Parts: sequence; C-alpha cells; structure tokens
Amino acid sequence: MQDKHPEKAATFIKDEARVDWHDAALWHVRSKRDVAVDDVPEWEFLRGMASEIKAHTLSKLDSYLLDFESNAKKNGVTVHWAKDGEEHNQIVLSILQKNKATKVVKSKSMLTEECELNPFLEAEGIEVIDTDLGERIIQLRNEPPSHIVLPAIHIKKEEVGDLFRKELNAEPGNNDPTYLTHQARAHLRKKFLKCDAAITGVNFGIAETGEVIVCTNEGNADMGVHLAKVQIHSMGLEKMIPRKKDLGVFIRLLARSATGQPITIYTSHHRKPIEGTEKHIILVDNGRSDRLAMPDYSNALKCIRCGACMNTCPIYRRSGGHSYHFTIPGPIGSILAPTVDTTAYSDLPFASTLCGSCEDVCPVKIDIPHQLYKWRQDIAEAGNLSSSKRRSMRLTAKILRNEKSYKRFGKLMNVGLKYAPKFLLNNKFNKWSIGRDLPKAPKQSFKSWYKKNHGK
Amino acid sequence: MRVGLFIPCYIDQFYPEVGIATFELLKKLGYDVEPPMGATCCGQPMANSGFEQEAKEVYHHFVNDFAEFDVVVMPSGSCTMHVRKHYDIIPQTDEVKHVRTKTFDLVEFLLDQGLAQLPKVHFPKKVALHTGCHSLRGLKVGKASELYGPPESALEKVLNHVTGIEFVPLSRADECCGFGGTFAIAEEAVSVKMGQDKMKDVVGSGADVLVSNDMSCLMHLDGIVKRQKQKVKLMHIAEILNLGKK
Repeated sequence: MQDKHPEKAATFIKDEARVDWHDAALWHVRSKRDVAVDDVPEWEFLRGMASEIKAHTLSKLDSYLLDFESNAKKNGVTVHWAKDGEEHNQIVLSILQKNKATKVVKSKSMLTEECELNPFLEAEGIEVIDTDLGERIIQLRNEPPSHIVLPAIHIKKEEVGDLFRKELNAEPGNNDPTYLTHQARAHLRKKFLKCDAAITGVNFGIAETGEVIVCTNEGNADMGVHLAKVQIHSMGLEKMIPRKKDLGVFIRLLARSATGQPITIYTSHHRKPIEGTEKHIILVDNGRSDRLAMPDYSNALKCIRCGACMNTCPIYRRSGGHSYHFTIPGPIGSILAPTVDTTAYSDLPFASTLCGSCEDVCPVKIDIPHQLYKWRQDIAEAGNLSSSKRRSMRLTAKILRNEKSYKRFGKLMNVGLKYAPKFLLNNKFNKWSIGRDLPKAPKQSFKSWYKKNHGK
Repeated sequence: MRVGLFIPCYIDQFYPEVGIATFELLKKLGYDVEPPMGATCCGQPMANSGFEQEAKEVYHHFVNDFAEFDVVVMPSGSCTMHVRKHYDIIPQTDEVKHVRTKTFDLVEFLLDQGLAQLPKVHFPKKVALHTGCHSLRGLKVGKASELYGPPESALEKVLNHVTGIEFVPLSRADECCGFGGTFAIAEEAVSVKMGQDKMKDVVGSGADVLVSNDMSCLMHLDGIVKRQKQKVKLMHIAEILNLGKK
C-alpha cells in the first residue's frame, strides 16, 4: 500500500534541519501576511464581504456562467465547456492541433495540474514549458508542486543551483538567487519567443464583462499571452465573480493573504484576442458541480487559492506539501481531496489538530476545521477506517457511557501505569512513547480525592 | 449559583491536582460547586476520530449528569468547545440546550464573572503562556495572532491579578502544541515535532513555568519535557490561582 500522510510526514521529519528550514520559510510568509493585514483596518470586513460575494455567486452559478459565456463570445473569445480533466485536455489538444501548435508556454495553473495536462500533451509530442520560475524548477525535477503559490518552496537554492547547472548550463557552485533567476529568465525568453500557443490559469472570471483576470508576480502569463498566436485560459467553474466592481475586494485580499504583498506585481485583465490571434476560455467542471451539491462541503468552492492556510498550518509546515499526496496540499486540500476519492484520501482530514488557524487566515472564511471534522464522520461512516479503530472507539464509548465501567477502566489503567516496567510502556508499539514519556500515575484520582475529602 | 464541575477523564486519572485546584478555587470564590461522581467524558476523543454516532450515548450521559446545575465549568477549553459546538447531533431538548449554552471553560467563566474576587496570589516567576487552540480559536477566548489587530491573551488578563509574575513572550505565541487528541498517536511524528518546537520556544524564552488553560496540551508537552529532561515547570492556570487564600 502507498504511504499515507503519517508515514510521508514521518519521512519528511527525519531530516530535522530541513524540516526546521521549511517551517521557518513558511512561517516567514505567514508573518509577512500578518504585517500586510495590519495595514488594512477593514480587513475582517473585507473577508466577510468576499465570503458573501462568493456565497451569492455560487448560489446562482449557472446563470453567472451563462452570462460569462455570452459576454466572452461578444468579445470574440471561443468558450468551451469541459465536464472533466480528460475533456479539458482533449479540448486543449484539438485547439493546438487545429493551429499546428507544437510549442506551448504555460503560466502557473493548479487546474492544469489537477487535469494532468502536461503529461497528456507531452505524450502527444507537444512541448509544454512551465514559465513560472518555481513551476519551471519542479518541472525540470519532474516533481509535482508542493504548494499552490510557492510550488518549489521545499527546494533549497543550492539544489536549484545544481539543477540549473545540469539542465541550463549554469556555472557550477553559483547559488546566488539573482544569478539563478537570470539564468532561468534567459532560458525562458527563448521559449517565449518560439512559442505557438500560451496556456494560463485564471484567478477570476467576471460574468458582467466576460473577461478573465490572471495575477502573477513574474509577468510570465502576460508574456505568453502577448506573444502567442493562440491563447488558452483554463478556468474552474468556481472562479466566477459577478461584476468588475467586485474584483477589488478579492484583489485586496489575495496577495496580502498569499505572500504579504499589497497586490501581485501583475493583475492582468484578458478580454479580447489581439487581432490576427485567437483566444479560448475553457470552463472546467471536474467535480465542482458535484461539490456544489454537497451542503456540508460546497463552500470550499469559495477558495481563491491564496495558500494562506498552508503557510499558517503547523502540520503543513512540518510535513511538506508532498505528504498530502494530492494536487492541492494543506488544510484546503484535505477537505477537497476526499470529494474526489474518499477512500484514497481518507487519511487527510485526520492530518490536523483542528487548531483552527486555517479558518482564521482564510480570506473567504471557509470553515475548514468544521469540514475536516465532518469529513472524519463521513469517512468513518463509509467504513474507510480500520476495523480495529472502529472496535476501539466502540469500546471507548462503552467505557465512557457509564460511571461503573469508567471507574473499573480507570483503576486498571492506573495500576498498569504504576506497576508496568518502563520498557513495557515506552516501547515502539506504544506510539505515545516514541518521543514522549507517559504521565506518571498519581496516588489517587480526582474522584477518589473528592470522595475522601468532600464526600457526602 | 450551583456550579457543576466537570473534570475531564484524563485530568481525573492523570492530573488530579488540577481538578483539586479548580474545585478549591471555585469554592474560594463562593460558588456552590459539585463534581458529579458519575461524570466521565465529553465524547470528544471518539467524535474527533470520526465516531460521532458512537459518542452520542456519552453525550446523553454528560447531559444527564449536568442538566441540574446553573452552569457547568471545566478546566478545559477543548471539552467546553465540544459540548457547546458538537452536541448538536442529539435531539435538542431543554436539558441539552441548557447544558450547551451554560458550559464554560474556567478562564472564560472567570472573565465572565469578573476578576476582582480572585484570591490574592504572589507568584514571582517568569511565565510563558499557552492558550489551547480550541479556547483561542474555537471559543474566541482571547484573540489569535492571525486576526486583524494585536493578539489578546485571556490567560494574561486573568494572571494580571497575580503579583510578581514576569510574562516572557514566545516567538510564536499561539502556535498549536501538536496534541490534537488522537492526532497525537495517528500523526505521532508531526505531533512530537510540534511539541518539541513549542518547548524549544518556551525554553528559549527563559520561562520558569509554562501556564495553560488546557491540561491536554500540557499532558502532551509534559511528555516532551520529561523525555527531553527540560527544567520548565508546566502548570494549569487553576493551580496558580488556587495558591491564594480565600
């Protein structure tokens, strides 16, 4: 069986220096976010507003999507609908084939990761180059992203240096981030200039105008879109917002939540194809309308993919994005994944202490801890937990439902703790004791004390 | 006011001194306090593991034990949150509604009742604070650092009535300790790492004592402290407040 979150996390934690570095890097981002947030006195109001705009949009998603489609068509854009990842990939391929495009530049898009577009196109003989620096690094390493905003956050600059020396002919031993970035830039410029088509993700789609908004820090999405004869914007159904004037609410929240910047360097509105080129928008469902029909979980569709829940999550910071074995890691991923495959991702809702920090940082106020709790119930109900766990929980409930059995059990446990030799309690079969001592057995329980001193 | 004192199962069995301190403190404050002897557990360990349905009978047991009191007080924010928030899956009888709305974490209760009555305590130690996440973010006792504006510590507010304390700040004041109930076992590696990091922060702060309102966090950290042979003392806030005379 494939390793689950606890095993993958344990492996990640073995390298203590690395996990401390990973934790500190992400905590730094969280701290920058806190500073940026404190510059906006109406921050909590904005969060509420964003959450309500999204709730409203989701409640009428069908009509907003149709408005969007009709307005985009008026702009001269071709609009496609894809029910799942496979259909999305087929649509992309047919657009590329029709235009005889074999060289594609792509800017960061978690949706195309979700659809596994790259391997699909590569198998068709099409070159796909990820142009976001972090994405390019992990593409060269043949790895999935470990974070939705900082895809290569798990990689140190020395490792990037080695990679670029091997892949891009960078000079040996030079791990200066500025130097390495210039190497990547020179490499990517060539790719941009030769591209036949550009694919981008979408941060927001505006129903009123039929335009899409793409937020980047590197301007790579713009470079592709402006140079390529064929532009494709892949967009999840939930990216919709009603009006252009709603956008400001989200733009103010997005970059502050993500990286602590007041705004991303580029916030680009793509509305019409440049003359002589063609522009496509693919609206992708891939399970989103199913989620919309799940009352307990539908509001996860409010997510604007800022990654703040990852940066604040004490478990994510110490286990790394890959330990979640799903496209979207961290707290939000842990509530999205089980909708896709409840059995395969049954471990993820348990990879949390339910500390609640994710809900506090979420710019659209998704009740992540509550959904994690709810998923645990649904997973247990669906029989996705081991039968020994079920047996032990039934037994615990039996012990705790009445006084007598609780007292008997308490005595037994106490005697056990008092008389069992340390090696028996502190052994590898007792997971508590791998890194922690067990509590010492007291002389008497609280209840015995009370009965002795205050009993009637 | 008749106060039903709930001593969570692990405090009853492992940390009776915390139960005793809470009981005595409430007595000193003049309440008619009684810990029902039939009480066992709030049901959280089962429910957080996904077995909410199995926990229902424990919920009923809890409500039966405590419905007769004016308020229910417990030295645990986590159990409080569970009763208040998650007892929504059993029929909402008057008793259930009463218990859900009248259950308080000790710190929450003290803040609600006013701190002027607290016994005079002198505690000349360097103290670091840890508010359990379920109190801080679940019950909003205090304000978490990720929300807009300066964070607020309810523990500090209460302990300001104790003389001699020097509060020492932690670099990550409200980072989770890593206990998380069955998480501590299911995700052993991450749980222990979080506990180690929390204690590293505490030791680095120069604190003599780490004070919390949640004994479950301290049970986990106590295991780390003992294993790492650290010198920091861990105390529940009730143990400090109860040092004073009536």
